[in-house]
Amino acid sequence: MKLEELEKLLQAKVVVDSDNLEFNIDSACSADMMSSVLYYHTPNSLLITSLTQPHVVRTAEIAGIKIIVFVLNKQPDQVTIDLAKEKHIPILVTPYCMYTASGKLFEAGLPGCLNK
Amino acid sequence: MPLNTDKTIEGSFQLIGGDFSIAGESSARLKSILTDLGVQEDIIRRASIATFEAEMNVIIYAAAGTLHYEISPRQIRITLVDMGPGIKDIDQAMQEGYSTAPDWVREMGWGAGMGLPNMKKNSDEFKIDSVVGEGTTVEMVINLP
Repeated sequence: MKLEELEKLLQAKVVVDSDNLEFNIDSACSADMMSSVLYYHTPNSLLITSLTQPHVVRTAEIAGIKIIVFVLNKQPDQVTIDLAKEKHIPILVTPYCMYTASGKLFEAGLPGCLNK
Repeated sequence: MPLNTDKTIEGSFQLIGGDFSIAGESSARLKSILTDLGVQEDIIRRASIATFEAEMNVIIYAAAGTLHYEISPRQIRITLVDMGPGIKDIDQAMQEGYSTAPDWVREMGWGAGMGLPNMKKNSDEFKIDSVVGEGTTVEMVINLP
């Protein structure tokens, strides 16, 4: 799924844009516990979370997660934004809650990490 | 694919307990070193995840610690030594979902009780020694093909 489609489905605002023209993710996971993300993720996936601290970006970097979506319009601070830019990890902010955001992407055909 | 070196490369990072602003930076630097050496992507991911979990444990629980890495053509050896409270019951700590993390740590997204199991899962060899009141040593080996 491409960035433009994610943006549209989630009615999201792009906080950090992608500089990768071939950006295309094939699964997603939703979690606020970073160890769960590290344990259950698959590479080339999307992370939906309500935490906006910089170590969420670190977690994505370490796990090979390609994009982060912050739910409930939670705005990351400048440190998180700068780290995401440095690591080339796009950030979207959606007004939806975690359940709804996950459901919309699943309904559009994006599978969960473990069900891929 | 062979490594871009036939020598053993080693180094260390100092970790400071409680400093979440730079949490994960040492693991990211190790990931970058492994990438530059031409290590296979899935092995880099395993080594990075195991190291990141161990680094976070030092940041969360200990006053300070050291992360030492040794990369040879045959394996990656990562050792973390911390000055922390130690672990009373290692068998219990190794169980998925068991955690002694306080609420403020959980609110930051850590303390799910998956850290130690995740380190073990991503390592080919995993050793942990701990003395209550003194600290914990974790040693992880990931073999290279």
